[in-house]
Amino acid sequence: MSDIILAGQDLDHDHDAHHEVVPDRGIARWLLTTNHKDIGTLYLWFSFIMLLIGGTMALVIRTELFEPGLQFIEPAFFNQMTTNHGLIMVFGAIMPAFVGLANWLVPMMVGAPDMALPRMNNLSFWILPLAFGLLISTLFMEGGGPNFGWTFYAPLSTTYAPDTVTYFILGIHMMGASSIMGSINIIATILNMRAPGMTLMKMPLFVWTWLITAYLLLAVMPVLAGLVTMMLFDIHFGTSFFNAAGGGDPVMFQHIFWFFGHPEVYIMILPAFGIISQIIPTFARKPLFGYDSMVYATASIAFLSFTVWAHHMFTVGMPLAGQLFFMYATLLIAVPTGVKVFNWVSTMWRGAMTFETPMLFAIAFVVLFTIGGFSGLMLAIAPADYQYHDTYFVVAHFHYVLVPGSLFSILAAVYYWLPKWCGRMYDESLGKLHFWLSFVGVNVTFFPQHFSGLAGMPRRIPDYALQFADFNMVSSIGAYVFGFSQLLFLYVVIKAIKSGEPATDRVWEGAHGLEWTLPSPAPYHTFTHPPRVTEIEAHS
Amino acid sequence: MKARRARIAAKTGVKVKKNWLGRCIGLTAALLAGNAWADSLNMTSGVTGISNTIYELHMLIFWICVVIGVVVFGAIFWSLLRHRKSRGVEPAQFHESTSVEIAWTMIPTLILIAMAWPASQALIEMYDTGGEDMTVEVRGYQWKWQYKYLDADYNETFGFFSNLATPTDEIHNRSVKGENYLLEVDNPLRIPANRKVRFLITAEDVIHAWWVPDFGIKRDAVPGMLNELWTIVDQPGIYRGQCTELCGKDHGFMPIVVEVLPEKEYDTWYGEQVRQAQARKEALSKTFTADELMAEGEQVYNTFCATCHMPNGKGVPPVFPALDGSAITMGDRYAHIRLVYEGVPGTSMQAFGNQLDAVALAAVVHYERHAWGNDAADVVQPRDVINLIAGEVK
Repeated sequence: MSDIILAGQDLDHDHDAHHEVVPDRGIARWLLTTNHKDIGTLYLWFSFIMLLIGGTMALVIRTELFEPGLQFIEPAFFNQMTTNHGLIMVFGAIMPAFVGLANWLVPMMVGAPDMALPRMNNLSFWILPLAFGLLISTLFMEGGGPNFGWTFYAPLSTTYAPDTVTYFILGIHMMGASSIMGSINIIATILNMRAPGMTLMKMPLFVWTWLITAYLLLAVMPVLAGLVTMMLFDIHFGTSFFNAAGGGDPVMFQHIFWFFGHPEVYIMILPAFGIISQIIPTFARKPLFGYDSMVYATASIAFLSFTVWAHHMFTVGMPLAGQLFFMYATLLIAVPTGVKVFNWVSTMWRGAMTFETPMLFAIAFVVLFTIGGFSGLMLAIAPADYQYHDTYFVVAHFHYVLVPGSLFSILAAVYYWLPKWCGRMYDESLGKLHFWLSFVGVNVTFFPQHFSGLAGMPRRIPDYALQFADFNMVSSIGAYVFGFSQLLFLYVVIKAIKSGEPATDRVWEGAHGLEWTLPSPAPYHTFTHPPRVTEIEAHS
Repeated sequence: MKARRARIAAKTGVKVKKNWLGRCIGLTAALLAGNAWADSLNMTSGVTGISNTIYELHMLIFWICVVIGVVVFGAIFWSLLRHRKSRGVEPAQFHESTSVEIAWTMIPTLILIAMAWPASQALIEMYDTGGEDMTVEVRGYQWKWQYKYLDADYNETFGFFSNLATPTDEIHNRSVKGENYLLEVDNPLRIPANRKVRFLITAEDVIHAWWVPDFGIKRDAVPGMLNELWTIVDQPGIYRGQCTELCGKDHGFMPIVVEVLPEKEYDTWYGEQVRQAQARKEALSKTFTADELMAEGEQVYNTFCATCHMPNGKGVPPVFPALDGSAITMGDRYAHIRLVYEGVPGTSMQAFGNQLDAVALAAVVHYERHAWGNDAADVVQPRDVINLIAGEVK
């Protein structure tokens, strides 16, 4: 077996010797780059900056909620904070981070020299800073920024919105264009540029989950674009799509929003499933259990995601048949999701595990994402949802799937592939410290929110009744711990890039996949000649 | 529960700040002990058949999750303890099994079907809104609730607004917070015990949501749409809830309070309300003194206008204009009345014509023209409002 690996490496080393391409110097390198690794790096740094901005907003929120009464900010500004926190985390932190990982990893994993459409790749990144610059600038304008929640329900976001809503609409359009271009690029790369022998059912799970995610993006981002365009017309051109007085319907807004919104939720978790499916086998030193069923489960989740949207609207006043249908469809999603969790557990079972930082984050992902799944199952029961809906129970639920879910998977991915990207190891003790601070912080922040929700605390309120005081205080303390420990993460990454120990090519003892056959750091251009896909580097 | 509330009430205000660490430690200890806190850790089982059904469903699905969690997390932790490289184990190489995959697809499906059955039955029961003894229309406004008691033909018998009663000093930490901080209103909704009450839920401006946890009912109040809910409450008492759909600036400050009265007491109250509504109608033709108008106007202003235009009339420019010294409050009184009556479409300035009667409108307009530094020369009477609406004044 080992001579097959060597053969793969030789082929590549041999080739790289002929092409010592050096990137441009200075700012032009980053502005004009069409290199998938540079663009991946840009995406990742951008999303980290957004994480810090969105995180700061979260800390403003948690500071105001530290105890009852209005202490620091006014309710109007509080609403701007919750709205922009949500928008920035969803569209600015989580989604671009996954696109950044796809940029770095998909070409290296399928044995392609770059993304299929490199110039569009540059464009789809550089739209993002403009879009978010526009969005964030509204906070400093007269009347304030968007204040209607990240779900921006009409008519609060149309008739009753601040004037800056128009900038918000333009910003959403730009983010949507960026996402659509990014997903076209990923689909084109995966379908056209795989090395010979890399058949679809040999692809790494990360590539599979991103392929499916990209189709979801293509399907729903135009829906979002249509929605905000209808808002634009209601606000400026006298139409009444969402105005009952003019023959429109505010509830239609919610149906369209969640037809986008629910697949969007899976857009933020499917790539995470892919990452976890790469990391657990490596550190368990055992092949992923049930590769085929993982692929089918991902596809089923993606398909079902189009049939459950109205479970966000159980209290809106639907006919009984509608309530029943959406309740059953939602319950059904638990089946393929359960299959994935069972497969990860079976992969760990009777492996030979070690617990480096990526593995710690991956295990925490499996446990805490499952807890988020349990509360999701509870929320699916429509009659019970009447009590949970729009309370902190929901806040706890979606933060459990998005923070120790999506975000932990991104952190795991950075620790896992960073040595390949920069050729240096991170400090393992500091990485573990970062993990434990994040793990404790995230649970102290979000677990008590289940209780305040069950006790009846509505979400999106700047002040609350006295019986919720203790849980909110605990939650705020957890938020500080979690928030500030992300600065430690920044330090660990910079320290690794500047002065980490040199990494080996394989980096991890149990790692398999074409990216690990490349030198560390990965050269600026890789696989300009397709590699030979050996049995050990691909699923078989 | 009562003791705990009293304890929290006693500790609020400035004292809390110094004591938060102690409270956190206390909370942790109480969580570990798990006794006195039990009722704040879980959903209420409420006081109606529906809220009990929901509570049972909630506990059923919760325990199903716990059992699955014990199995899955148990397997993970066993694996973490036993299957680690440091114990010198060799990794197994098994990686697929169709029969196992089928098993863990089918078993969860069966569990979910078992779960969906009682949930469907509960839903069907909740949707049975017929056979009501009385109907109340619930209408959400930015940021208050209006309750209208409807007769058998759905005409309004009488109605009133229900506003937050917590003083702003408590909200801004200038005085100690009371037991029902942010959960108290000036006029609670009153309904009789043991009768089936149907609620028709709607909204005037943006979407709100009407929720009383103890009744197990929550429904969005959507402008232009009527939603239905019903309840039968056996135990008289006071039940509290909040708006649960983001509706703008004061979303957190529009609570719901329902007072359930014994049937006889309710009937007496109801009769009194009908009489008062009649008297109010008669007052429309009366001429008031300037002092009477100022007194009534100040009350109306503080209830309906002060949230935006501020108690001192300074507003929050540019979103909420100042009234103190403004061209409108100093100008033509009919233009002033018309503005309050019709509102300003596309802004937060509502059409108060559907919220206030001619007496209240006249009083509040009069108040705005004479309060603070304003010194309009005229006295505004209810008949001015009535004439304006009738089109006798342009």
